Formats: sequence, structure tokens, C-alpha cells
Amino acid sequence: MNFIIDAFKPACHVSVTFADAKLRKQVALKKENGQTEMVPLFRSQDNIIGTVSVEPVPGRKVEHKGIKVELLGQIEMYSDRGNFYDFTSLVRELDIPGEIYEKKDFPFEFSTVEMPYETYSGINVRLRYVLKVTITRGYPGSIVQFQDFVVRNNSPSPSINNSIKMEVGIEDCLHIEFEYNKSKYHLKDVIIGKIYFLLVRIKMKNMDLEIRRRESTGSGTSTHVETETLAKYELMDGAPVRGESIPIRLFLSPYELTPTYRNTNNKFSVKYYLNLVLVDEEDRRYFKQQEITIYRLAESSEQAEAL
Amino acid sequence: MVADGVEDEEKWLSAGMAGLQQNAFYMHRALDSNNLKDALKYSTQMLSELRTSKLSPHKYYVLYMKAFDELRKLEIFFKDTISLGFSIVELYELVQHAGNILPRLYLLCTVGSVYVKTKEAPAKDILKDLVEMCRGIQHPLRGLFLRSYLSQVSRDKLPDIGSEYEGDADTVMDAVEFVLQNFTEMNKLWVRMQHQGPVNEKGKREKERNELRDLIGKNLHVLSQIEGVDLDMYKEVVLPRVLEQVVNCKDDLAQYYLMDCIIQVFPDEYHLQSLETLLSVCPQLQPSVDVKTVLSRLMDRLSSYAASGVEVLPEFFQVEAFMKLNNAIHKVIEAQADMPMVGVITLYASLLTFCLQVHPDRLDYVDQILGSCVKELSGREGLDDSKAARQIIALLSAPLEKYKDIDTALKLSNYRCIMEYLNDSMRKEMANIIIQNIMNNKKTISTADKVDGLFELIKGLIKDSDVETPDELEDEFKEEQNSVARLIQMLHSDNHEEMLNIINTVRNHVLMGGAKRLPYTIPPLIFSSLKLARRLEGHDQSVTGEDVSVTPKKIFQIVTQTIDALASIPVPGLALGLYLQCAEAADDCDLEPVAYEFFTQAYILYEEEITDSRAQVTSIHLIIGTLQRMHAFGVENRDALTHKATGYSAKLLKKPDQCRAVYACSHLFWIDDHDNVRDGERVLFCLKRALRIANSVQQMANATRGSSGTASVVLFVEILNKYIYFYEKGVPQITVESIQDLIELIRNELRGDNAKSDAVTDAFFSGTLRYIQFQKDKGGAISDKYKLIAL
Repeated sequence: MNFIIDAFKPACHVSVTFADAKLRKQVALKKENGQTEMVPLFRSQDNIIGTVSVEPVPGRKVEHKGIKVELLGQIEMYSDRGNFYDFTSLVRELDIPGEIYEKKDFPFEFSTVEMPYETYSGINVRLRYVLKVTITRGYPGSIVQFQDFVVRNNSPSPSINNSIKMEVGIEDCLHIEFEYNKSKYHLKDVIIGKIYFLLVRIKMKNMDLEIRRRESTGSGTSTHVETETLAKYELMDGAPVRGESIPIRLFLSPYELTPTYRNTNNKFSVKYYLNLVLVDEEDRRYFKQQEITIYRLAESSEQAEAL
Repeated sequence: MVADGVEDEEKWLSAGMAGLQQNAFYMHRALDSNNLKDALKYSTQMLSELRTSKLSPHKYYVLYMKAFDELRKLEIFFKDTISLGFSIVELYELVQHAGNILPRLYLLCTVGSVYVKTKEAPAKDILKDLVEMCRGIQHPLRGLFLRSYLSQVSRDKLPDIGSEYEGDADTVMDAVEFVLQNFTEMNKLWVRMQHQGPVNEKGKREKERNELRDLIGKNLHVLSQIEGVDLDMYKEVVLPRVLEQVVNCKDDLAQYYLMDCIIQVFPDEYHLQSLETLLSVCPQLQPSVDVKTVLSRLMDRLSSYAASGVEVLPEFFQVEAFMKLNNAIHKVIEAQADMPMVGVITLYASLLTFCLQVHPDRLDYVDQILGSCVKELSGREGLDDSKAARQIIALLSAPLEKYKDIDTALKLSNYRCIMEYLNDSMRKEMANIIIQNIMNNKKTISTADKVDGLFELIKGLIKDSDVETPDELEDEFKEEQNSVARLIQMLHSDNHEEMLNIINTVRNHVLMGGAKRLPYTIPPLIFSSLKLARRLEGHDQSVTGEDVSVTPKKIFQIVTQTIDALASIPVPGLALGLYLQCAEAADDCDLEPVAYEFFTQAYILYEEEITDSRAQVTSIHLIIGTLQRMHAFGVENRDALTHKATGYSAKLLKKPDQCRAVYACSHLFWIDDHDNVRDGERVLFCLKRALRIANSVQQMANATRGSSGTASVVLFVEILNKYIYFYEKGVPQITVESIQDLIELIRNELRGDNAKSDAVTDAFFSGTLRYIQFQKDKGGAISDKYKLIAL
């Protein structure tokens, strides 16, 4: 029976190692099967340098018609699962057709790779970067090996960052004025603000601030929007009276946020909203939603800005 | 329903406790294993139990205390974590990740407390952040407890002067600001509690709020403990801010409690120096606030401050405390038109106490206060509120107690006016108090005017009121009248004329008293008059022309008229006694006719009015006794009177009484220091007659009872004593033989078969014999005389 099993076993072991693996930051990446894996983190215009090792099973040789490594940036719509749209595709040929008898390393290099989009895994869409090693064979089929990696791109602090200030209400019922100190927050930022009660004729029970993510995929009539609440943060307990002002201080760091993505490759968008929700004693909800922009700030400066 | 509610609450409480303890258990495990993440997780869950709305404040407190204890452990853990190198800033952020606000804020306060201790940031910034963040809890009960927790953990960390958390500049201000803000917010929540929930549970809410009040008051206490709050800061910042909150909250419960709190927690001199500010608030309070108690407390405090030493008094003068208080009271009374009378009076009573303490020399102030009271009282319909009456009594008693002198009260023109508003029994009570006061202070009252004033004050005791109260308690009445009697004794002037005036004044008042009172009030008046008469006699020589208006005769006239007043009441015994007293006094003044007249009056009374045999016995002995002491009578008058007296004696009903009266009469005929009265014959006659009567007593006893009682033997022994007395005095008619015969007779009687031995009689007799023996042995002239008697 052994030979049958052997027939289905890969004829060789293929692995990808990055040149700066030891120095490069590793981040967790959630894979399709639900498990997380630590993978290296890159930024746009990084040099992706490494080695592909092909190690045949001892005693066997690998006969091939060429070996190549591709760097792919792919978007996958879950409505069209398995179908990847490559927005980036780079290829390096590693070997000419031949035979490999023992372990062989093939260095490769992609210099200053343009990777404008960040790795993202949402409800209906996924954006991933991957190195694809292909050992082309006639029969019994090519050997393909994937190596994921994550791309995150820092943004500079926006030069204009106005506060969000607004007065809303229901006539003769409830008038509030709320203020968030900024309209653009980085991922580890703190939302500071306050809610001022101008008129209260409703018996409030509590007030929450929610962070909602709106992921829209497709375009035109086939646009599909999915909203999820990532944070529910209680701001107030009990019924305020006129003139009360309730402070807001919400740290973003505990939540799994991504930067705002506007129209990524015409395929999808991810937007964030602050939703202020007031709940009265009859559990009626009154809310006001405001979009905020989230961006990724370089790590060092993030530290500096935290309280 | 109610029972169910309570039961349910118990259930909820125990469920809450169970949840809290379970999470506390996991928290402890996390603490032990140094697991910060779990510690935060379980402490958050533990604190979530405090989010309940189902518990009454009382039960919630139980839960809170448990959580409080657990948080102490957590705080220690935080401290340890920090000392191991964990960043406090990070921790401060970390606890804020909690989604639910209440646990989040409890944790924040706890970490904040550690944060202040590390001194990595100025205390004032951290505290300010905490007190701001706590705004998120708008639920009154939960908010109150949270802020109370904040106050609790922060009180030893205020950036006070001298505190280790003191900052660079104006740091006390930060501490004050922090406490004030927390106080303001707590008070708002507390007041809001009143307005939430169903209307029909208003009373219950009020009760619950009352249970919570100390949480709010504690803030004021903290303020008073801050070293840096000096007088200036108190006046400029603390007080105005607190008062602003008090006025603006417009809640009667809070206003009353907080005012009281302010008065109690801050030092006296602060109150004194900020009096105007404090007082100006009073009229602005809600009408239902018990301002009077507030003001009374304030005045009481200031009073006791003033009493603490004279050195503080100038402070009072400097700020014109009295005028300010007086004005404030006026304003409050004006502002609260429907304040009950008792409130008004209480206010004035407190002001009066204050005034007496601070301005003991300003009687005009006192009178002014009383005047204000009169004005208030006059504006109202009747005074049937017994509490108010009580207060009036307290009000009126205060000056008496202070000055210990009725004179002062008499000088207050409004004093009397106020008493007018009391009802009868209260007026009596007040009169009693006044008399008691005079008695205790032992000050005599020495002018007729004052006496007049005084009697006006106590007329409740002197006169029957228009409305008769038939059920008056006899004992009480007696007690009252006795004190009036005592009072009369306190009226005294060294000036004779004035004294006469006093007597006249008293007489005028007393005579209005009616039949029931006269027997009590006339005797002291008479005695007082007689005292004056005797004094006049004693000073006869020194009396100069100007004093002639006052003569004993005049006094006796008055006295006679006074006693006459008793005639209308059937108290002849008393009148007789008084006449005899007068006679004696007249005798002292050598006014024979007057004395005779008094005796005549007494005899008339005896004959016409005294019909009771017992009373007769007493009266006759009185008459004999008095008559015996008379010096002024000439032979004729004397004879007439003694004759009558002997006659009366012999006519008494009971034989033993006759016997005793008769032998007593013997004294009328032999007076040692009176040369004219030495009639041995009559003495002997009297004694013999007494013996005869005694004999007949004995016979009667034999006849009626078949045995001679010892009663007659006693009589014999008594007569024997008279014999011995007169023998010793040297009455020639009393012979040794007669004495010996008598002794023999008594011995026989005592030995007699049918005589029952009676210890008292035996003792009396043997005592008599012993006396004789003693005199014999004494030696000297008397002894010689006695030696003649053979025993």
C-alpha cells in the first residue's frame, strides 16, 4: 500500500523564508479555517527578499518544467468565493526546467513593491497578499505553495482634523448637543467629547457610544452593505436633567479596528461611524450616527499620543 | 404588597451579594496569581452588581460596603503592580476599557487613588478628571454612592496645605474646588431623587433620602477639615458656593439639612465673620424649610461660643451680630407668613439667649426682642398652641436665669405684655417660675413699685381668672399659694415708709385673691406688717419728723382691716391666731388699747365662730399662752381677759381638756418678771380646780368603764409638775405638803389593783421624781427647798 500513499504525498517540501525574518514584525493573521498564524508584516514599497527552498522527499527526485515565485495582491468577494481578483501580480522565475535531487535554495527579491492596500478580512470581502511558489510539472501536476504576509500602511497625521459638533433633537422632547474632539482618529486614539443636554423630557435609562463598521462591496445596483457594531461603550447611567454635560472618553485601542478604506480598488469600502444611542425607560432608542475617519499612525508616534 | 416588596428586596440583595462574592472570589484568585487581566475582568463583573436598580438605599448600602471592602484589596494589588514596574498611566487607561460605566468609574477612582499616591501627575489633575468623569452616572442612588466612594478614597489625598500632595501654586483652591464640585453634584443627585418615581411614594422617598443625607454632608465635613480653608477662603469661596447650591436646589429637605450641616461643621468664628452671608440666605429658603430650627441652632452655637470666654465678645460687637440676627429673624418671619407661632417664639427665644450671652448689659435689646414677640403675638388669633406657650415660658425664663434678679424683668416693659398672651395655667406656671427664681436668688424686693409690677406678673396666682377651673388640683393649688406666701416674705425695705407702701401694695393685690387664697396669703402679709411695727418700735427714738407718717398704730389699723377680710371665709382659727399675734406685737409696741382690741376680737371669734371642740382646745391654749406673755395690760384689762380665759377653759367639753386648760391658766396669775402679776391664791385655785377635774375624770372613767384609765393619772402627774414649777418659783401658797400629798396620790393610783400600768405614765412620773431628786442633790437655795419634799 505504501506506494499508493507515497503517490499522493507531495514529492517535495517547499518553504519560503524571508531574509529579514528575525527583525521583521510578526502579526497574527486569521486564516480561512479560523486559525491564526503569525506572519510577517510589510509596508508598501518595502523590499520583499527571501529564499524559496525546495526539498525533495529523500530518495526521490523532482522533475519540473520551471519554478517561479509570484507576489499577488488579491481581493476575494465571498459572494464569489474562490475567485480572486489580482490587483497586483509580480513574477520572478527561479529555475529553468530540470530535476532536483536534493534540497535547493532559490533566492528571490521584489524591490520596492507597490502595495497600496492593506490586508483586510471582513464579512463579505477579503484582501490578502501572498507569495505563490509554483513548481511547474506536466504529470502529476504542478506543486503550488502559498506564503501569506500582511501589509499595513501608516498614514501621516491629517493636517486638518476638525471636531465634530452637532445639535440634534426631537422637538419638545429631547435636545442634545454633542461634540467629538476630532473627525479623524488613529487606531490607538482616544475619543474625547461631551454630550450636553439642552432639553430632556424623556426619562432616559442610559446612553451608549457605539463604533460601527460599514463594509460595502460591489458597486452600483449590486452594492452590498454590511454593518457591524464593534464597540458598545456605556457613557451614562440614569436619567440626566437639563443642563447636564456628560463626558466622553473612549479608548480605541481595545477594539479591532482597521483604517477607513475608501473604495479599495473599486471593489469595496470600509467606513467607521460613531453612533450615539440614548435609551429611554421604555427601551426606545434614539440615536445619531456620525462618520469618523480612522487612520494608521506610525507606531512610535502612537505611543506619544496616548494618555 | 409592602411585605412582598420587602421580601423581594431581600431576595435581590442576597442575589446581588452572592454575585458579588462569587466574582470577588475569582478576583482574589487573580490577585493571588498576579493576573492583572483577570483581576480587572472579575472586579468589573463584581462591580456590575452595583448596577442594580432594585434595592432601597439601605440595602444598596450593604452591597456597596461589601464592594468597598473588596476594592480596598484591589487597590493594594494595583499598588503592588505599580511598584513592580507596571505603568500607572497604562493602568489608568486600562480600567477605562470597561464597557459598563459604573464598574469602569469605580475602578477608575480606585486606580486614580493609586495614581495620586505615585505623584506621577499632580493630584489636582487626577482628582479633577475623576470628579468630571463621575458625571456619567446620572442615576441618583448609584451616583451618590459612586461619588461618596470618590470622596472616601480622595479625602487623604487632597492637595491641601501641608499635605504631601500639595502642588506649586494655589493648590488649596484645587482641593476646595474638587470637594465643592463633588458636593454640588451629589446634592443635585440627592435632590433629583425626590422627583423620580411614582408620586404616591413621595413619603417613602423622603425617608430614603433622609437615610442618605450624611453622604452629602460628609463633603462639607471634608471641607471643614481642609487646613487651607482659612477665614478668607471660607468667606470668599466656600460659603458662597455652598450656599449657592443650597438656595438653587430648591429642595426643602436638602436646604434644611445642609444649613444645619454648615452650622455644625464649620468653626464658630467663621460663622460670626460670615454671619451676614449666612443669614441672607435664610429668607431665600423654601417656605417649608424649618428655618427657625436652623437659626436657633446657629444662635445656640454662637451663644455657646460667646459663653466660652469674654475674650471672644469683641468679635461679636465688631460684626454687630445681634443686629444682624435680629434683622434676619424679622425677614424670615416676614417671608414665611404661615410659620406657626411656636416657630416664631422659638426664634425669639434663641435670639434672646444669644443676646443675654453676648450683650448682658443691653436690657434694651432684651426688651426689643420681647417687644417683637408681643407684636407677633398680637397679630394672631389666640394662642392655643401649648408648644408655643412652652416656648414663651422658656423665653420669659431666660432673662430671669441670666440676671438672677426680678428687677431686671420688671424693667422690661414688654415682659408683662407677653404674659398676657399665656393661658391661665401657663401664666401660673410662669408665675411659679418667677417666684422660684426670686427664692433661689434670695434677693429681696424693696420698692412698692417693683412689688406692684411683680404682683402684676404673677397675678395668675394671686387672682382667680375669669374662667373658673373647678378641677384644680388641691395639692398644686396649695403649693402655689405657699410659694406666694414665701414670696411675700421676700418683700422688704429698710425704709419704713417704703415698707408700708409695699405692705399696702401687697394687700391690695392679695385681697383680690378670693376666699380660697386668703388663708394662704394673709398670714405672711400680717407677719410682715407686724415685723415692721416691731421695727418701728425698736427704732422709736431714732425716728425723726419725716418718718411720722408711719406709725405702729397705722400699721395695726391696716392689719385689722386685713384680718377682717378673713372673716368672710370660715377660717376663724387662723384669724384668731393672727389676732393674737397682732396683740403680741401691739404689746411689744406698748399699745395697750390696741392689744386689748385684738384680744377682744380674738375672744369674739372664739365665742362666735369656733365651735369645734378640738379647735376650741387649741385656741384656748393659744389665748392663754399669748395672754401670759402680755406686758402692756393694766390690772383691769388683764383681769378682764384672764377671767374670760379661765372661764373659757372651764367650759371646755372634754374633762381632760378642761383640766389641762385650767392648770395652764394658772400661769396667767404668776409671771416671774411681772411684779403686778403674782397672785399665788389664784394659782393655787387654778391648780386645785384642775385636780378636782382630774378627780372627776377618774371617777367618770371608773363609772363608765369599770377601771380607772391611766388618762387621769397622767393628768395628776401633769398637775404635779405644775405644783413643782410654782413651788420652785416660790409661790407661797404651794406647800410641800400639797406636793407630797399629790405624789402619794399618784403612787396609790399607780399601785392600785385596777390600774393598768402604762409605760408612758410611769416614765413621766418617775422622771418627775427624778427631777426632784436631782434638784435636791444639786445644792444651793433650790436644793434646800427641795429637801423639804420627802420622797
